[in-house]
Amino acid sequence: MKSKINILKIGKWLLSAVLFLIFFIPFYWMALTSLETTAQTLQTPPLFFVLKPQFENFITAFNAIDYLHYFKNSVVVTAGVLIIQMVTVVPAAYAFARYEFKGKGLLFGMVLATTMIPSQLVFLPVFLILSKMGLINTYWSLILPQAASAFGIFMLRQNFMQVPKDLIEAARMDKAGEFKIVFQIMIPMARSTIVTLALLTFISTWNDYFWVKVLTTNETVRTLSMGMTMLREVESGLVSNNIVMAGNLIMLVPVLIAFVLAQKQILKAFAYTGVK
Amino acid sequence: MAKQVKDQSAMRERPGLMIWNKALPYIMVAPAMIIFAVFVIYPLFYMIYVSFFNWNMISEMKFVGLANYTKMFTDKTFWKALSNTVIYVLMYVPASMILGTLIAVFIQKNTRINKILQNIMFLPYIISLVSISFIWMWMMDYDKGLFNYVLSLFGVEAVNWLGGSDTALFSLALVNVWKSLGYYVLIIVAALQGIPGYLYEAAALDRANPVTTFFKVTLPMLSPTLFYLLLMGIIAAFKTFDSVSIMTSGGPGNATDTIVYELYKQGFVSYRVGYASAMGVALMVIVGGISIFYFAVLQKRVHYQ
Repeated sequence: MKSKINILKIGKWLLSAVLFLIFFIPFYWMALTSLETTAQTLQTPPLFFVLKPQFENFITAFNAIDYLHYFKNSVVVTAGVLIIQMVTVVPAAYAFARYEFKGKGLLFGMVLATTMIPSQLVFLPVFLILSKMGLINTYWSLILPQAASAFGIFMLRQNFMQVPKDLIEAARMDKAGEFKIVFQIMIPMARSTIVTLALLTFISTWNDYFWVKVLTTNETVRTLSMGMTMLREVESGLVSNNIVMAGNLIMLVPVLIAFVLAQKQILKAFAYTGVK
Repeated sequence: MAKQVKDQSAMRERPGLMIWNKALPYIMVAPAMIIFAVFVIYPLFYMIYVSFFNWNMISEMKFVGLANYTKMFTDKTFWKALSNTVIYVLMYVPASMILGTLIAVFIQKNTRINKILQNIMFLPYIISLVSISFIWMWMMDYDKGLFNYVLSLFGVEAVNWLGGSDTALFSLALVNVWKSLGYYVLIIVAALQGIPGYLYEAAALDRANPVTTFFKVTLPMLSPTLFYLLLMGIIAAFKTFDSVSIMTSGGPGNATDTIVYELYKQGFVSYRVGYASAMGVALMVIVGGISIFYFAVLQKRVHYQ
């Protein structure tokens, strides 16, 4: 009986170790390669650890693409989307939760329909519309299509509806205006949902490749994820994987720091997307 | 009721306030609604409209009726892209669902090791696909990659992961399963922890073995979550573009050409906007059909507590 338990335990440990390695090795391989010389990346058998780390690879990678330009664009686009989403999502969610008005059902139906339409399938007409507006290769072309979140309105509306009616009536008795009610009661009560939605938007906008690829035609407003792809194209002919991996690591650092600092909130935020 | 009374008194005091109160909800929903109308709903109808024309973005639009659609149904490239997409869906979705469920069951207990596993598995999900792709392209390199080196240790011939027409689509699915598996695990673990303990106690009283308990208790209780993940997974897989664009450009030949990638090429490389729109409409019909099927049929049959 005891030995059976031990075998089970060892099996569990082994399986855990294998799982860990499957997800750890690619990251280790990236870090390792980023510290090798180009010659070392090409040798067989490959190195499994480095004795003389080539830190200058990071400088080479940093200079290979206009890193700061793309970083600035990523910051502007992500901040723009985040700020404008707050302005569009919070009032809309509040109105759908708290007011009765003509056409409410129809408009909310539109929100629900929008959550169901994969907006990526209409990128071609979106490009045409933006180019008619003369916005291609401006920050607006990357911000406006993401400027409202149907999922956000849906989730926040539910949260607002759970705020006790008495609380709002009491505030009305005190002659609190609608803005005061929104800012002093509703937003604090829904804070964790708002933080969650902001986190989801931040990660998806920061990492976005698709919209940047289809809605820009030159480097003016392209963000880091797109700029990164230049790393493989800078040197004609052979790709120096040590430089590519070093650039990759530079790109990953902000995300890794964010994940270490806020992994609980991040996991919670994504677990939230699975709740219907 | 209280609000109505207040509105009436407000009207007596200041007639302008009444109009303001009536308009307020519309003002509040307007910004979001305008964005949805301009960037989601109008484009959808515009795409349908354009699909009846020949247009290269510069010259005049020429009405061609259903010609783009008839052309599409006889276009070998379209069928190849569609079959690639379906094969990709059939590789990515079952692998994610089955592995996700098994791993979630394995790590559902709240221990330290399980937390570490869940975190490291989730990490790839929040990292840009560009970064992930670069790491895997390097590991899958035909000459110098880690994978083929490890295979050579076992005497297995080198595999041309992303460069072989038989393996490229599989390799793309592999990278994407690796990237998003942590998300599936996260959602399923959350659902597992929501299953009430008394159901397991009852199963234990009936001396049900772990396998029976899994199929009779765990799986039925998970089914709403699993069907939701299934729908999301199918839709995501049908839209596959990023990994194709970054890792294979649809190649070798057209071995990894997916519908959205083909749509992109037709629209932005060949400037056949009408034809690309027809493909967009076809894809919308497929994805919409799957969603409607899910909500109309499956969701009713799924077990809810």
